[in-house]
This record gives sequence, C-alpha cells and structure tokens, in this order.
Amino acid sequence: MARFNAVDVVLWGLRIGVVAVVVVGTIGTLLHNRYTAAQWFDFVVFGLTIGSIYAQIALGYTMVYGVLRLINFAHGDIVMTGAFAGYFVATPLDRSGFLNSHPVLGMSAILAVAIVTSTSIAVLTERIAYRPFRRVVGLAPLICAIGVSFFLEQTFRGMFGSAVKSYPSPDWQRATFQLLGFNVPRVDVLVIGLALVFMAGLYLIVQRTRMGTAMRAVAEDGEAAALMGIDVNKVVVFTFVLGGTMAGIAGVFYAFVYKQVYFFMGFTPGIKAFGAAVLGGIGNIPGAMLGGFFLGMVESVGPTLFLDGIGIPAPYQLRDLIAFTLLIMVLIFRPQGLLGERMARKRA
Amino acid sequence: MRRAILIGLAFGAGAVHLAVVGVLLMLHQRMIIVDTLTLGQAVLLLIAGGAGAMAGRPLTGLIAGATAAVPIAVLTAVMSVVPLQSIFIALSPDLFGMLTLGQGLAAGIGILIGGGAIAGMLGAGWRISPFVVRRAIGPGAIAVLIAGVFQELIQLMLQQYEGPVGEFRDFLYTWEGLSPQGGITIFIIVAIASEVLGSILRRRAARIAAHDHRRERMVWAGFALLALVLLPAVAGSYVGQVLMLVGLYILMGMGLNLEVGLAGLLDLGFVAFFAVGAYTTALLTADSSHALAHLSYWEAMPIAVALSIMVGVLFGLPVLGVRGDYLAVATMGLGEIVRVIVQSDFAAPLLGGAQGILQIPKPRLGNFVLGNPVSLFYLTLVASAVAAFVAWRLENSRLGRAWMALRDDEDVAQALGINLVRSKLLAYGLGAAFAGLAGSIFATMLTSVYPSSFQLLISINVLALIIVGGMGSLPGVVLGSIALIGLPELLREFGEYRYLFYGAVLIVMMRLRPEGLWPSDVRQRELHAADETLALDAGADAVPAQTR
Repeated sequence: MARFNAVDVVLWGLRIGVVAVVVVGTIGTLLHNRYTAAQWFDFVVFGLTIGSIYAQIALGYTMVYGVLRLINFAHGDIVMTGAFAGYFVATPLDRSGFLNSHPVLGMSAILAVAIVTSTSIAVLTERIAYRPFRRVVGLAPLICAIGVSFFLEQTFRGMFGSAVKSYPSPDWQRATFQLLGFNVPRVDVLVIGLALVFMAGLYLIVQRTRMGTAMRAVAEDGEAAALMGIDVNKVVVFTFVLGGTMAGIAGVFYAFVYKQVYFFMGFTPGIKAFGAAVLGGIGNIPGAMLGGFFLGMVESVGPTLFLDGIGIPAPYQLRDLIAFTLLIMVLIFRPQGLLGERMARKRA
Repeated sequence: MRRAILIGLAFGAGAVHLAVVGVLLMLHQRMIIVDTLTLGQAVLLLIAGGAGAMAGRPLTGLIAGATAAVPIAVLTAVMSVVPLQSIFIALSPDLFGMLTLGQGLAAGIGILIGGGAIAGMLGAGWRISPFVVRRAIGPGAIAVLIAGVFQELIQLMLQQYEGPVGEFRDFLYTWEGLSPQGGITIFIIVAIASEVLGSILRRRAARIAAHDHRRERMVWAGFALLALVLLPAVAGSYVGQVLMLVGLYILMGMGLNLEVGLAGLLDLGFVAFFAVGAYTTALLTADSSHALAHLSYWEAMPIAVALSIMVGVLFGLPVLGVRGDYLAVATMGLGEIVRVIVQSDFAAPLLGGAQGILQIPKPRLGNFVLGNPVSLFYLTLVASAVAAFVAWRLENSRLGRAWMALRDDEDVAQALGINLVRSKLLAYGLGAAFAGLAGSIFATMLTSVYPSSFQLLISINVLALIIVGGMGSLPGVVLGSIALIGLPELLREFGEYRYLFYGAVLIVMMRLRPEGLWPSDVRQRELHAADETLALDAGADAVPAQTR
C-alpha cells in the first residue's frame, strides 16, 4: 500500500498547490489594488457572457452523453458550422444596412440559418458516424468522434478557406448600456439574455414535453425505455437536434462576441464546454448550465485575480491554462461533478 | 434497383464533397498520363466504379455509376448559373472546366453521366470477373498510377543513369510526365509480371503449410524494409527528408502504441513528451542565449530521454484514476497546458516564448557532421531500430502482458494481482521516452524549436497512424507512418488536405477495419471473437454495416 500513499501524496500536493496559488494570488491582487471597480465589473460581465455561451455548448455534450454515453468530440465543430452559416447571412445583411435597420428580423434570420445548418450537420454525423457504434464499448466510438471533428473542420477549411473572417458588428451591438453606473456592452446583454431564454426553453422541452420525457427515460435506462415502447433512434435524433440547435445559437453568439470566424474556432470552446458539462455533473442539464457560467467566470476573472497577484507577467495569455487546469482538476478529483452525475451506472 | 440508386447517390455525395472542398481540382492538377488522364479524373472514375462494384451486377452497376455522376452533374449545372465562388472558394471556373472537360455545360453533363455509367459497369464487371483477369489488371493499373503520380521523383532518380536506362526513361516519360506509350508499356509489363509471379507464388503457397505463411510475410516485410533503408542513399535528399520524418513518426508511433495499443490508455497529450525531448535538447546544445549548457548532441540526447520519462511519469500520476474517454480529455488538457505555458511570456525567459530557441547544432561523429537529411535519416533509423527492439521485447514481457490485461479490464487485472499504479506509470514513462527521443532528433533536424511545432495535431497524427496500422502492432506502426506521413509528404500539394484525409481515415477505419491494416495477432483474434458475440446478441434487429 506504500505506493498508493505516494500517489495520494502527489494528488494532495496538487490540490494544495492549486489552492495555494488561488489564495496567495487573490490576496496579492487585492492588496495591490491595481484594478478599478469598472475593470472588475467588465471581467464579471465578460465572464457571464462567455459563460452563457459555454453553458449552451455544454448542454449539447451533457444531453448526448446522457443518452448515448458518448463524448461527442465533434460538438465544438458543430458550433463552428453554426457560426459559419450565420456569417454568410450576417455579412450581406450588414452590407445592405438591413441588420442595422431591422435588428430583430436580422438576428432572427441569422440565428435561423445557423440553427438549421448546425442541426442538420449534427443529425447527419449521428446517422453516419455514431449510430453504427451504438453497441460498441471501448475506444472506437471516441476515436471515430475525433475523426468526425477533424473531418468537419477540414471540410469547412476547404470550402471557405483557412483565413480568419471578421464577423460584422452592427452599430446597435457596439453601443453600451448604463447599469449601476458602469458601461455594459449591448452585445453582452443580448447574448446573456437570449442565452437564458433559449436555455429556459430547452429545459421546458426536456421536462414538459412527451419527447423530453422519453429522452430522460432513455438517459435513465435505454433498454427499459425501449421495452416501454420508446423509439430509441428517434430519441437519439431528437437529442442531437436539441444539441445542434443550442450549438448553432452558441456559434453565432461566440462569433459576435469575438467578431471573427475560422475553421478551428470550435475546438477550444468545445473542450472547455465539455469541462463545464463534467463540472456540472455530466448528464445533468441544470448542472451543465451552471458549469458553463462557472467556467466562464473563472476564465474571465481568474487570470487577473489569481495570477496577477503572484507576479506573473501578461496573465491574460494564461487564460486557457486556468480553464484547462479546472477541467483536469474536475476530471481527477470530482468526475461526478458538482451537482452529481445523473447516472446510476459507473463509467468503465 | 432502388439500392443501386441509393448507393449511387451516396457515392455521388462523396464526389460532390471532394469537389466543394477543393480536393478534386487539386488532384486534377496531377497528371497520371500526360494530356490524357489526371488523378482527379481517375478519382471520379474510381468513385463511379466503386458505386458500380457495390451495386453488384453489370446492369445495376451501370445504374449506380450513372447515378453517382448525377449529383456532380447537378453541381456543374448550378455552377454555370450561380456564381458560387464568392462563398465556396473551390468552385472556380477551373473546376467547371475540369468537370465538363472544357466542352460546355450540356456536353459536359453528358460526358459525366456517360463516363459514370461506363465506369459503374466496369466496376461491377470487376467483381464478377475471374481472378486471373483481376490479378493482371489490378497491379498493372496501380503501377501506372504510381509511375504517373510520382513521375517527378522517378525521373529525378533515373536521371543519374545514362545508356539504356536513360533511353528507356525517354521512352516512358516526356518532360511533363508519363507518356501514353509509357503508360501502356508499364501496364503490360506489370500485368504480365504479376500473372507469372502470381501463379508461381500460388503454386508454392499451396505446397507450404499454413503456419509458414507468417514467416513468408515476414520475409517480404524484411525485403520492403531493406528497400526502405537503401532508398534515400539512391534517391537523394528530398526522399531522405521525407523518410526521416516517417522515421520520427515511427518512433512516436511505437511510443504511443505502448500506451494506447498495449495498455489501452488513450493519451491525446502525447505531443508534450515530444516537446520535452526537443526543448531539452535545444536548451542543452543550442548556441544561443537561452542555452543552459553546451553539451554535444550525444550527451544531450540521453538527458532529453530521461527527462521525458520523468515528465511522462509526472503526467501519468495525477490521471491514474481517470478512465476511458475522460482520460483522453484529461491528457489532452495536460498537453494543451504544456503548450500554453511554453508559448507564454511567463516562461519566455527560460524557453524563448513564441520565438523559440534557435541555432541548435547538428550532431557530429568525430569530424563528420550529420548535416544532410540522408545522414540524419540513418540516425533516425538506428534510433527506430533500437526502439523497435525494445518495444518488441516489452510486448512479450511480463509487463507487456500486464498492460494488455489492464487494457481489457482494469478491475479484473487488479484482482489478478497486477500493480495498476506501476504498470500505468511505466506505460506513460516508456511511451514518453520514445517521443522524447523523436523530439530530440526533431530539434537537431530543424536546428530550432518553436512552440507552434507542438500542436495537438501531432498527437492526432500519431494516433491516426497507429490506428491505420493496427493498434498494438509494430509492423502496423511502420505501415501507418508510411501511408499517413510519407505519402502526403511526397504528394506535396496534398499537404493542405492531410487532416481532412486523416479525419475520414479515422472514421472509415473504425467502421470497417478497427483492427488496422496490419493487426497484431492477439488483437485480431479478440476483435473477431467480439464480432461474433456482438452479432449473436444483436440478434434479428442487427442491421448489416452499411459501407460508403
């Protein structure tokens, strides 16, 4: 047992180290007091904005995992397809001035096209690449999903080129609001507000509709659900439709926030959102939303709060480091997530 | 009939994908036979032929082939009406010209569908034709393909010779590529050779016992390996460069093979070990301000490998308890963390930040500098040979068997007294050693290291090649590296589409041949046993796997 103790020592060291960095960094930053209240407010608003996007992406991971026990590695790329589809609507609308004169109609058109595209691609990948692996255990499904991810990325690269395209940014999005005496960018308010509306809608669909009930039944126990007369294939397709819809919306929002699209853009938010889904307890829908917001917050506030205080130069560069560290810590120490995993069966 | 149309449409969708993504036009720029046939046209014909072969009989094949041409004909028609190039950059007038053979829309569509129908019929005919015919035509066509596609390299190689060889070259090739007469000659020669050799081999194969086949295969593999070893010396530095890259990936592939193939630990952060090897070598040998020491390459390499092992173990420690797909994501996160740190200003004083470390000297042996790619290739070769020996001995050792037990069922393995912690950490450490060695050679090859060389894509490359070759199989690693690293490198313009191809390969391999092209014996037995039980418990509702 001596060896196991050695491993435990390392793991405890890791925990203590991370906590120490967080505590020392926070105290240091707060003592230095180099940032104004407005700056902190900006960090928080940005954290909520990006967090609401992560939450939407995380929903796709969590629902698919709940139903299929599969990490849909290509989900981040589904987000990218939505962003691209939105781009090809948003650009002409912006050029003709329509997006500025009719913001509601314009945004609806962009979101509609993005949702249709990402949903069809999500359903197509399920049919072609995931369905044959329904009964296969082991690494094959995950490897296939990695293949799908690369295939989608490179297809979009081939179709639309590898250059970064700048997303239109209409005037009404760039304007700011006054809130509690701070300036809040309108695009952030729009993204957070719409994301909350869409997520509430999704939650209602899953909780209240017949199809949502069927989906929860399959997530609970697929075989029993099938015996009760639930068409599992239909449920799976429905799950991918819901996930694809959320991904399409998230893609458009992500592109509006960062003002650009390119073929590899889905990868990093995809991985992070997976982390958020695990953080909230994979298979758990409110958990995924919470995890997304939490991750966005940590990522936005963290570099300044934790790292600036211990004297690390340019902490903003290490934003992804914080997100990935959080991801790994969750996978190692609390794979069942904060709210607990809604799965009886142990993962193998 | 309906099935033929469905097959045709599926293949046609594939063809449209290739066209929209830009692969088709890229392949069109490669001639197989000058002014007669391009690689792009050959691929279109192959798609129609494949649809025909899947459909079965010549008549249904004809229908499937013609249907396969329909989607692309529709695309052509749409292209002539709507200027799509402003959105889809690949749908250029050049592509239109290629698809219609420059004959205009109506005639072009006729050619496409007619060609598809003929190719489909031939494809179906191929399936029902006798073995003797296939044995002649198959290798002949492949030989023409190779001779045409790699004409530049072959011409360059043949250029060194005068006399009859030179005259023969002039007969086969024009300045631009393979001439029609050359194509026909090569086809006939190879077809006859295949016929003669094939019948001899078959007669022999009938005589020798079944268990000798394995030895036979080994002998052939040995010959292929010998050719590979001698090739750079004959073919010059470009081929040397490519083969050296292949060698590095073989090294890494063998390392990841220990982790994924034997121990079942899917590690997507593998590139971190490669980076450790490269950066250690750079820091210890470079002639720059970042250098910590000025050792010779031979002193730095063992240190680099040792450090990689340490990092591997450190990497493995926290994720010991993480299983399956969570492990894949966790290791990927670790790999990304390493890259983010190396790239940041935080670590820049030590590691050079985004600018990297320059001026790494080439290794020397006495007064001889291993400066050119060919000599570095031989260094890689020696390293790979040593590593292959180690990997081979490991595979059949107590530890190797422990790994395989671990891969198949962790809980049972532990119950049988296998020390999980020790076996897992050894898998990470030894796998990392191989990658560190590859990284060390990589650093002296480039004479500089940058963080951008150590992307996640490298891990995916290595994963793809061991999957194509066959997980847990050493010859598979070699085969996979040649197919996935060497071939795209030789077809230079292909580089851009390499990852598209990798993605497709991962999906197709997982669906059709999860054991890889050259599977290890154990693995093959397992997978096929698994197939049988799967088919049994899937029962009546089992849908036959659909191939695309």
